[in-house]
Amino acid sequence: MAFFTSADIPLMTKLLEIVYISIGIICIYTALQNLKDKENPSPFGTAVFWGSVGVVIAFGRWLPNLLNGALILIMSASAILRMVKPGKNLAPTAQQTKASFERIGMKIFIPALSIGLFSLVFALIGWNALVGTGFGVLVAMVLLFGFDRANMPKVFFDDAARFLSIVGPTSMLPPLLAVLGSVFTLAGVGDVIADIVGRFIPAGNVNVGIVVYAVGMTLFTMIMGNAFAAITVMTVGIGAPFVLAYGADPAAVVMLALTCGYCGTLLTPMAANFNIVPVAILDMKDKLGVIKVQILPAIIMLVFQIIYMILIK
Amino acid sequence: MEYIKLLGILIVIIGFAFKLDSILIIIAAAFTTALVGGVGMITLVETFGESFVNNRSMTIFILVMLVTGTMERNGLREASSALISKIKGASAGIVIGAYGIIRGIFGAFNVGIGGVAGFIRPVLIPMATGAVEAKGHKINEEHLEQIKAMSAGIENISWFFCQVLFIGGSGALLVQGTLANLGYDVNLIDLAAVEIPVAITGVAVGVVYYWLRDRRLGKKYYNREK
Repeated sequence: MAFFTSADIPLMTKLLEIVYISIGIICIYTALQNLKDKENPSPFGTAVFWGSVGVVIAFGRWLPNLLNGALILIMSASAILRMVKPGKNLAPTAQQTKASFERIGMKIFIPALSIGLFSLVFALIGWNALVGTGFGVLVAMVLLFGFDRANMPKVFFDDAARFLSIVGPTSMLPPLLAVLGSVFTLAGVGDVIADIVGRFIPAGNVNVGIVVYAVGMTLFTMIMGNAFAAITVMTVGIGAPFVLAYGADPAAVVMLALTCGYCGTLLTPMAANFNIVPVAILDMKDKLGVIKVQILPAIIMLVFQIIYMILIK
Repeated sequence: MEYIKLLGILIVIIGFAFKLDSILIIIAAAFTTALVGGVGMITLVETFGESFVNNRSMTIFILVMLVTGTMERNGLREASSALISKIKGASAGIVIGAYGIIRGIFGAFNVGIGGVAGFIRPVLIPMATGAVEAKGHKINEEHLEQIKAMSAGIENISWFFCQVLFIGGSGALLVQGTLANLGYDVNLIDLAAVEIPVAITGVAVGVVYYWLRDRRLGKKYYNREK
C-alpha cells in the first residue's frame, strides 16, 4: 500500500502497476474457472499455469526475483508437461451474435476502436501507452454495458478467461523469449556471434550490416517459423554489434528488422498457423497454395524495408 | 572454446525447426546457455524472475481480452461483414481487397474480427464467390482455390504489417524488451511511427497484387465461356 500512497512515485508508474494487477487478476480468475470446470481434462495443471503467471504479473514487483523465477519455471513446467488444456466451450452461438448485431449494429465499432485510440492518445501526450490501453479497455466496457445491460463484469471476465484458455501457453512466448534474450546477454552469447560474423562481413559498414541483419531475419524466421524467436537471436548477434554499434537508430532498425522477419513468416511452411492451417480450414488442394500467393508481396516488402532502413538509419 | 556458448542458440534454431514444444525449447536453451556460459543456477532463476517482471508489458493483450470476447458476442463479426457488403458491383478481387483494408485498420487498433476460421471461411469466401456468381458465371474450381489462397494471404499480409501500428502490440514490446537488455531505451510511439510506411505499402502491395491476379484469372476462366 505504501507504494500507492507514496508521493515520490509518479502517478503513471502507480497506474501501470494497477494495469498489471488487473492482468494478474484475469489470469488468476482463468485459473479458478478452469479448476472448477468439470469438462477440462486437466483442471489442476491449467490452474497452476494461469495461477503462477498471474501472481508474477500482479505482484512480481514486490516479490523476490528468486520466487518470481521459480513461479515462471513452475508455469513453464506445466506447459511442457502438456498439463494446460482449454475447458468447456462457452462461445456464443451464431444466433446469439446475430441477434446482438440486430440490436447494436455498427455502433459495436466504437468500443472496438477505443482501445487503440486511447493507447495512441496517451502515447502522444507523453503518458504511459499501456495505461492508455487499460483506459481504452475500461471505456470499451462502459460502452458495451451501455449497449446491452447483460454485459456485466462477470461476462467480461468469463469471455476473457475463455479466450485466454483458447490461446493457451503459446501466448506466453514473447515474454519468455525476452527472458531467454536476457540470459543470452548475461552469458555473453552476442560477443561470440559478433566475433564469428565479423570474419565474413566488414565491420564499420552500416549498410552491409543492415542488409545482413534484414535478410538474416527473413531467413532465420523461415527456418524457425517464428519471427519473435528470430529477433531475439539476430539482434544480440548481428543487429547490436554490426548495426547499432555504429550509431544507427535502434528504434527504427530493430523494429523494421522484426517486420523483415514477418516477410520470412509469409514464406515458410514452418509458420504452420498462418500458412498451413488455413489450407486445411479452407479445404484447399494445394498444401503450399497460401505461401505461393505470398511470395511476391513478401519479396517486395523485404526489398522496400531494406531500402527504407538504409535511408532512415 | 568460446563457441560452446552458442549451444543455446543452436537449440533454439533446431528446436523451432523441428517443431518441438516452444516453451521447452526456451527453457532448455536458457539452462544450456547458463551452464556453458558459467552462470550459476540461482542467478539463472533470479534472471528469469527479474526479466519476466521487467517484460510484463508483453502480457497487456490479456487486458484487451476483457472486451475481445464480449465484442464477438455482441456482433462485431456481423458488423464487419455488413461493412464489406456495402460495396456495390464488386468482383472477388475487390471483396478480398476491401477485407484487406478493413483488416489492416482493425489490426492497427489490435482488434481481431475472426481470422480464417471465424471470418474468412464463413463470411468472406461466400461473399467473394457470390460476387463471381452475381455476374452470371458458375464458379470455376481453380478460381475458387485461388480465391481461398488470396483470402488467407491478405489476412496474413494485412495483419502482419498493420498490427505493428498498435501502441503496445506484442512485437513492439518484444523489440523494446530486447533493446533494453542491450542497454538501449526506445519509446513505443517511435516503434509504431517507423512502421507507418511499411503498413501502408504492405496493404497496398497485397490489395493491388490480388486484384490484378483475380482480374487475370477472371478473364482466363470466364471470358471464353461467353
